Amino acid sequence: MSIFTQEVSAKNGQSGNIKQMLTLEMLPELKSLLSDSVEQQKCIDGILTLWIDKIELIPALKLLKTMPQPFDLLLDLYGVDERLRLDRDKLPAQDFTLVYQLCSISRNQDIRLKVALANDQADIPSITAFWPSANWYEREAWDMFGIVFNDHPNLYRLLLPPTFKGHPLRKEFPCRATETEAFSLDDERLAIEQEALKFDPKRWGMEQSNKDNDYLFLNLGPNHPSVHGVFRIALQLDGEHIINSVPDIGYHHRGAEKIAERQTWHGFIPYTDRIDYLGGVMNNFPYILAIEQLANIQVSARVKCIRVMLAECFRILSHMLFFGTFAQDVGQLSPIFYLFIDREKLFGIIEAITGARMHPSWFRIGGLAQDLPKGWDTMMQEFVDEFPKKLDEYEVMVMQNSILKRRSIGIGQYNTQEALDWNITGAGLRATGLEWDLRKARPYSGYENYDFEVPTGHKGDAYDRCQLRVEEMRQSVKIIQQCINNMPEGEVKADHPLTTPPSQRSKHDIETLIQHFLNVSWGPVMPKGESCFAVEATKGVNAYTIISDGSNTSYRTRIRTPSFAHLQMIPKMAKGLMVADLIVILASIDFVMADVDR
Amino acid sequence: MIELSALLTPLIILIVLLLAAAWSTWLERRLLGIWQDRLGPNRVGPFGLLQVIADMIKIFTKEDWIPPFADKALFIIAPMILMIMTLLGFAIIPFSPDIQIVEFDNALLFVLALSSLSVYSIMLAGFSSNSKYALLGAMRTAAQMLSYEVFMGLALMGVVVIAGSFSLNEIVAAQSDYWFILSQPLGFLLFLFAGVAESHRAPFDLPEAETEIVAGFHTEYASMKFGMFFIGEYLGVIFISALITTLYFGGWQGPMLPPIIWFMLKTALFVMFFILLRAAIPRPRYDQLMSFGWSVLLPLALLNLLLTAVWQLTLGF
Repeated sequence: MSIFTQEVSAKNGQSGNIKQMLTLEMLPELKSLLSDSVEQQKCIDGILTLWIDKIELIPALKLLKTMPQPFDLLLDLYGVDERLRLDRDKLPAQDFTLVYQLCSISRNQDIRLKVALANDQADIPSITAFWPSANWYEREAWDMFGIVFNDHPNLYRLLLPPTFKGHPLRKEFPCRATETEAFSLDDERLAIEQEALKFDPKRWGMEQSNKDNDYLFLNLGPNHPSVHGVFRIALQLDGEHIINSVPDIGYHHRGAEKIAERQTWHGFIPYTDRIDYLGGVMNNFPYILAIEQLANIQVSARVKCIRVMLAECFRILSHMLFFGTFAQDVGQLSPIFYLFIDREKLFGIIEAITGARMHPSWFRIGGLAQDLPKGWDTMMQEFVDEFPKKLDEYEVMVMQNSILKRRSIGIGQYNTQEALDWNITGAGLRATGLEWDLRKARPYSGYENYDFEVPTGHKGDAYDRCQLRVEEMRQSVKIIQQCINNMPEGEVKADHPLTTPPSQRSKHDIETLIQHFLNVSWGPVMPKGESCFAVEATKGVNAYTIISDGSNTSYRTRIRTPSFAHLQMIPKMAKGLMVADLIVILASIDFVMADVDR
Repeated sequence: MIELSALLTPLIILIVLLLAAAWSTWLERRLLGIWQDRLGPNRVGPFGLLQVIADMIKIFTKEDWIPPFADKALFIIAPMILMIMTLLGFAIIPFSPDIQIVEFDNALLFVLALSSLSVYSIMLAGFSSNSKYALLGAMRTAAQMLSYEVFMGLALMGVVVIAGSFSLNEIVAAQSDYWFILSQPLGFLLFLFAGVAESHRAPFDLPEAETEIVAGFHTEYASMKFGMFFIGEYLGVIFISALITTLYFGGWQGPMLPPIIWFMLKTALFVMFFILLRAAIPRPRYDQLMSFGWSVLLPLALLNLLLTAVWQLTLGF
């Protein structure tokens, strides 16, 4: 049986994201495992979406993980509150949906398993036993929706404080503070909060002592010079050796996914900039592409080229900061300053083009905010000519340094299988030797037309992760050079009624003027449907899943960020090493707390 | 008259040293600025020279806060020990043929004794703070300083063997023909390593590695008590530089210019070298530093001593 949340055109939107559509027939093992009544939902993004019973969940996931050409990456796991959905009549009767999105590297295809849950019996088996990276995702789903996972080892609050009441992504939870009673911190409340902050090793899964001596518990963060933002790690130390470490996140949580449900499609763009705040327009990219896929908006070649160029600029900007802070965290004081100077120059170009520096919010549904200014190419060319030479110098200064090599080679090492189990993407995955870059694997926005390489490492340690990003900067420069050489002419905004503002015709007659007015003030109404788009962001795979029920706001926006998954692996990487090694590991992951907590 | 000058000389040396330590903070920030393509403090006074005064005003007027969980007495004593030990060390340095506070035969042993004692300052600061980062810093310091003192002492022995004396004056006098850097290049390098580790400057600044353990042993310190650690560190740098000058670079000896100027020039050069090290080199890991010391520096120091002794016995006399 097949259900449609909207009329899907066979040509699968604009994305071309996945070369061949996956069908259930291509997975005979899964087909025989599932009952015949399995419902298949056709989604606009072309990802095979199956509604399965929760009894079938564990066998199905185990099968997918272990079958030949496995679905080895648990790309995302999230909940959806379906109760207020306008088009829910076409979906299975339920209150909540849990979505498991898996990705197969070898097949280069995704599959989405959905489980329908009723509110009063929303319990479901935990899959942490065989998929370690599910741990935080399940905790997040509990945190946000109150979905209880049976046999989960540690089902506590993750992003929200331990004393938090309610599950904020449920639709009945107010979105604005003004919808609730004013906050006050009386003595009683203060005492409760203070009590909740007390550190209890047992609660964190750590032993107080072994038979010989007591352990030292060190609270690294949330304010610490090298945790890059508000991030806390509770360390169980024997001397300076790390017995165990437990990351504690959520200090930077701003409810971006909830905000997405109240902002217009257009109005949410600036919020995406601040998810990975070093990524700038790179964050706009998956969001805009997901919407364009949903609304079937085709953009001009010029738009695609400009988007690629700016995205690569921000990849360089982010990697520069990574490179500088990596050296700094290892104790090398100077490189960060050199890199900041080069960053300033590139920010100058970004500012000349977009008018802003770190958070341009410059991509629009169906195009860009503006065309490129006159003289952009000379500025960009200057940077492209100068930067690689400087990068060579910095590489000698940092990567060839013997002390730095001793500090980072072999530290925080993992292999490809471990990386996939822990949902590592981006440079962290490529450092293990697996060439997996969405720009190559699933080209979007015209990446297939560019000549560039995907650098890989082979050891998967901190040194490789840093070396790899240096090489990625060179490749990005190469892409930018091709953008400069081959910038196509054309419009910077698609001629489509759902773009804001629509084309110039709005100035001539009253009908289009009204439409323009509504589209800007009330926001465009996107067609019903579900659309996921993943891009290779600065730190790994960044994917936006957008569910529209035909309104001027998103019904549910799921933001799959790379940093969230990466931090989860820290305890595994740091075990048995020293505090100084943990710092190198943290530096080599390249995370941004806003990207983790959203 | 003799008594007055006996009082005045130490006082003048003390004041000059403290000022030099204070201004070397400015020197460090300006030099780092130059090497790192930025400006450094250049707003207060000409070339930012008065920045030091501004910093002093700031540090003196800050709240002198002692954490309630700290051991109060030790917490106060710790920075004093560092200052006293470092300043006492300068007593035996011959700044010029006439300027020296105390002249005695076992000066080098005195230096080693003082640097051992200043470990107490940092350990006590770490323990009395009753804070985990301070404790980790103190643990690292104790291990680092105690082991590097061994190599420092052994490296010095080469000079002692050649000069035939522990007295700094005689060591300087023995360098009238050639500087000991020529006959003791290995000893000099070993002493330099140990000196950087002893003054816990980057790259051997593990006791206060800010990216790892925040500020290490002085995490909980504020106001002038912090200032004493701060100035103490720079005094330590000047002291090690002065020792290098005295032991390996002919002390105050030099043509044309007055001896004191030579001494100051040479010392300033090494202070700048210390700053350059900080700008250039990353920090090894704590256990790497230890194993480097015990498995590389120690054999080399022993070898250096052996070779020097053989040289001296077969050719020297």
